[in-house]
Amino acid sequence: MTESTAEKVQEERRDLLKWLLGGSLVAWIASVAYPILAYLQPPKQNEVAVQSIKAGKLSEIELDSGRIVKFGTKPVILIRTNTNELKAFTATCTHLDCTVQYSKEKGIIWCACHNGQYDLTGRNIGGPPPKPLEEFRVLIQEDEVLISKNT
Amino acid sequence: MKTIWEKLYKWIDERVDLADLVEFMGKKYVPIHRHSIWYYFGGVTLFLFLIQVVSGILLLMYYKGSEDLAFESIQFIMSKVQFGWLIRSIHSWAANLFILAAVIHMFSVYFTKAYRKPREITWLTGMFMLFLGMGFGFSGYLLPWNELAFFATKVGTDIAGAVPIVGKPIMVLLRGGEDVTGATLSRMFGFHVAIFPGIFAVLLGIHLVLVQRQGMSEPIGHSESGGDLKTMPFFPNFLLRDLLLWLIVLNVLAILAVLFPWELGVKADPFASAPAGIKPEWYFLFMFQSLKYIPAEVLYIEGEILGILLFGLAFALWTMVPFWDRKSNFGQENKVVTYVGLFVVAFVIALTILGWTA
Repeated sequence: MTESTAEKVQEERRDLLKWLLGGSLVAWIASVAYPILAYLQPPKQNEVAVQSIKAGKLSEIELDSGRIVKFGTKPVILIRTNTNELKAFTATCTHLDCTVQYSKEKGIIWCACHNGQYDLTGRNIGGPPPKPLEEFRVLIQEDEVLISKNT
Repeated sequence: MKTIWEKLYKWIDERVDLADLVEFMGKKYVPIHRHSIWYYFGGVTLFLFLIQVVSGILLLMYYKGSEDLAFESIQFIMSKVQFGWLIRSIHSWAANLFILAAVIHMFSVYFTKAYRKPREITWLTGMFMLFLGMGFGFSGYLLPWNELAFFATKVGTDIAGAVPIVGKPIMVLLRGGEDVTGATLSRMFGFHVAIFPGIFAVLLGIHLVLVQRQGMSEPIGHSESGGDLKTMPFFPNFLLRDLLLWLIVLNVLAILAVLFPWELGVKADPFASAPAGIKPEWYFLFMFQSLKYIPAEVLYIEGEILGILLFGLAFALWTMVPFWDRKSNFGQENKVVTYVGLFVVAFVIALTILGWTA
């Protein structure tokens, strides 16, 4: 074996060592980082899928007013229009997640955060919201107002 | 007979060679020129940060970071704990003054081009500390768990969520779930009192060591124009002036905290509408106001995504200024950088005023 080939073998050995060490370093980092990243992912909690809720008594809801009701963990806006119609939509603004409200003066659904506007069919008619509000079905049984998913 | 201080000095000096450090300190000079006043804002920012550390630790003694107890614990601090109202008010006021001082410091460095070679790392660590400062503001804002903070956090984290691809996982990571809940409060608390301070301390250490090691930057053309440079020793002349200014800042802070105590507001209710007139903290106002003007859709791109991308790009370019402003590195005046800066200042001020009065 000449001197240069010996050097070459040496170098190959060193390369192999570098790969082994580098590889183990990467593997070590991954084995530390993975559990941390996984830990930070909040576990899925079993939520009872709510299909319908009781939103209160019709006689207690004023004409031309809106209120937020709990639909499972999400807020839903229930509106009694000035023409005595009952409407319900998801109350979460499609823009940036704020909770909308009923604006009596303008007769629209309004979001205070960035001036988003929706008409009373849930359509986005002004401001930044990119999508309409999802509509819910409203039923009245005797005096009880029931809101259910529109499926 | 040696005094106890001389003995102590000698004892430490024998072990860690203090003499070198003292000699180094004695050699540091601060240039005197018509822009010298800006040298003080870094120190003021540092002082306000120290106040935040102390008042923050004091608040930790009583604060409870949970959905059911956070608001009540701050009510308790403000109404029952002796001087609790003062500590809390100081923490809130100093937070705002800290951002203000940091922003002034940043712009003064920008306009005097003090970020140029060889101070790129000082600039970068400073910018990251400013972003972190905003992170401190954002995470701390939620801790009282009041109505304004609740919706501000919803909007802020939703903006992060709108970023293409990486946005959604980041939003879940920040919120500790799909929605802003008690889990979000726990996370923000963790960021505010552990993660951010840890990172900040490292950046601050690098920043201060570099400032000491490299000395103060002089405005471009300053050293060439006038032969003799007027200077002032850093120790003790400049440091004493610094300390005097810190004392004034502390007084201003105390006056603000006593005469204009920080409001606590109404406890957050996840099932209430966002209140009319809702606004973020003033240093986010210009971005908040800009988002209002961007239409829902621009060339098939969702308006908010466009806004986020534009602001992201602007912040990235601003942070990288030492690397694209070649001219200043060679000691030549770069008017373009100045005009860009003036435009940014005008834009930020105009939109802040619009947002404030809206």
